[in-house]
Amino acid sequence: MNAILEVQNLVKKYGEFIAVNGISFEIQEGEIFSLLGPNGAGKTTTISMLSTLYSPTSGDAVIGGHSITKEPMAVKQVIGVVPQELALYEDLTARENLVFWGQMYGLSGKSLNNRVDEVLEQIGLTDKAKNRIKTYSGGMKRRVNIGVGLLHRPRLLFMDEPSVGIDPQSRRAILDTVKDLNRQGMTVLYTTHYMEEAQELSNRVGIIDHGELIALGTQKELTQQVGETETLILHIGENDDSESLAKSLNGIKDVLEASAGDHEVSVVAQEAEEVLAAVVTRANERGVRIRSIDIREPNLEAVFLHLTGRALRD
Amino acid sequence: MRKLFLIGLKDLKLIFRDRAALTIMLLAPFLLTIGMGFVTGRFSGGSSGLADIPVVIVNLDNEQLGNALADVFSSRELASLVEPSASPDPVAARRLIDEDKAAAAIIIPAGFTRSIIPAEGTAFDESFVEPEVVKIEVYANPGRPTSAGVVKAIVDEFISRVEEGRTSSMTSILQLIQAGLLDPQNGESEAQRLFENVDQSEATAIVLKKVQQGAAAVDFDILAYMAPAMALLFLMYTVSHGGRSILLERSQGTLPRLLVSPTSSAQVLGGKVMGIFFTGVAQVGILILASAVLFGVRWGDPAGVAVLILATVYGAAGWGLLITTLARTPAQVGSIGSAIMLIFGILGGSFINLEQMPPYVQNLSKITPNAWGLDGFTTLSLGGTLADLKEPITALLIMGSVLFAAAVMLFNRKGMMQQ
Repeated sequence: MNAILEVQNLVKKYGEFIAVNGISFEIQEGEIFSLLGPNGAGKTTTISMLSTLYSPTSGDAVIGGHSITKEPMAVKQVIGVVPQELALYEDLTARENLVFWGQMYGLSGKSLNNRVDEVLEQIGLTDKAKNRIKTYSGGMKRRVNIGVGLLHRPRLLFMDEPSVGIDPQSRRAILDTVKDLNRQGMTVLYTTHYMEEAQELSNRVGIIDHGELIALGTQKELTQQVGETETLILHIGENDDSESLAKSLNGIKDVLEASAGDHEVSVVAQEAEEVLAAVVTRANERGVRIRSIDIREPNLEAVFLHLTGRALRD
Repeated sequence: MRKLFLIGLKDLKLIFRDRAALTIMLLAPFLLTIGMGFVTGRFSGGSSGLADIPVVIVNLDNEQLGNALADVFSSRELASLVEPSASPDPVAARRLIDEDKAAAAIIIPAGFTRSIIPAEGTAFDESFVEPEVVKIEVYANPGRPTSAGVVKAIVDEFISRVEEGRTSSMTSILQLIQAGLLDPQNGESEAQRLFENVDQSEATAIVLKKVQQGAAAVDFDILAYMAPAMALLFLMYTVSHGGRSILLERSQGTLPRLLVSPTSSAQVLGGKVMGIFFTGVAQVGILILASAVLFGVRWGDPAGVAVLILATVYGAAGWGLLITTLARTPAQVGSIGSAIMLIFGILGGSFINLEQMPPYVQNLSKITPNAWGLDGFTTLSLGGTLADLKEPITALLIMGSVLFAAAVMLFNRKGMMQQ
């Protein structure tokens, strides 16, 4: 595979504040690459530089063979951008919006109309194409927002947190659209602070925090950084003593570590199912009422926690 | 260039879907024009323009020219414009004016005709002394300046034609006598005959000229002033609203989206300016057209009207863009724009005729597109043509160009087309 995007030591400073601090990575043609990080990590600034909206303080990126600093207009032809905030004209209809934005990408005449029809079909809004955007639900607006980014069939699509603030059904539709686009051959750079989205979509993930890329790789490569253990979470009654239960669980065979939390006890083991029965028996013996049990496999949340000491949504 | 037009058309479409903006752009000036029409009595009488102006004619001359002037006011051509009545007494006539019962009194003194056409048998007499010309008095009602102005214009035109006729016929006779082609004994009767011919033809010409060329000058309509005055007042709202949309697009995310498309920042700015221009032209055009269709205002030379609208909007759009560069938020543009709209409205004569303003205000008014635009529209409604609009159009084009240059410089310096 060829790299469609090569980011080389990209830096963006605002006075003394460093929003993006020398990040470098590549995206191969045909993959979905997620930039995962909490709010304020530098995801949007990175996308803004890559889409030529902001000039980098230093560093460069090459997209489809064109430098973002030296050939911005050529870069704009290669990329499509779905911004985090809705960027539509609310008093125009969905079709009028798509036609206008298509014209801005140089489409015209019959090819424009055909493409608008295709995109409307793709985002499932053919029936409502003549309604003004301001009459749409949040999810429908998001779909049009995505549709605008697809009009000129970009080789590389930047999607900046496209699922923020929408209902689960619309989020599901967006994730399915991204997968569908990827199946059709489109390369996608997807930013999110939802670990689940990155896990579901991505071939590779870059974890970004405080403007730095702190981890990069496939999900398997990343989770291996925190070991291949599983965690059993016991949610216990409000009057039960989690501290003493954790101490007693530490003695069970194959339990690597047990720690107390707020009305819960975490039990780490190589295979959670192998220690489950013994853990439940021990809790019963001590008269602790177990309300529910979760088994957590290694995930990107754990990786982020491992690398930064903070949860993604802190 | 295509993208500039597309962005401009998109803005035009958006503003015509914004009910609040439409209310201020079109409905408010329209209603204010109607209000002004009622206040000025424009709708209390005739069909279009000033009509049935009451004039009192005191003809103490009762000879050829005095009668001719009285006949002009009674002519069929001026029947809808003036409503003459005769009075034998100048004092009584002046009293009627003082009591606001007529717009003006025309007092034709005794001997007016003889002061211009000597009595038979005296003109070539060696002892003949040319009499001092007796002047016609137009006693104007200060409460009806426009109507009185119309009456005075008719009288001035008549006198000017009579003077032309007298001079040309006397010159012809003298040349004939000097060349030996006319016996001096017959000179007087020939001159009398020539003058009578000239007088008749010119008397007709007075009326004809008014109808064919100068009708608008006489038939001045107060709405021809008020309608553009209100349109230009609210044009300043429109151009600042257009400028505001630049900052609004930035905060709504559509400006960054435009900038990440293959569209340069210069194209985006040009397109926004185009949008302001299209909107302004549509607004003023609609108001001018509506006042012509609904109120029967006669705007005069269509080419002049079209070019004047374009030039006025160009000048105003320059201000709109400059206002935008002075603000940080859309709300600030709105506030500054409203203030400028009112100040320019006052300075530019939208509320009070500039002629009633002190000279320094009249000079200051030259910075406003309102003053130049109104100057142009008044010229047109008084019978002027495109050729007569050189000064206001040149001034508006210079104004627009200078302001655009300043605004673009500030846009670049402030990085306003960057995100």
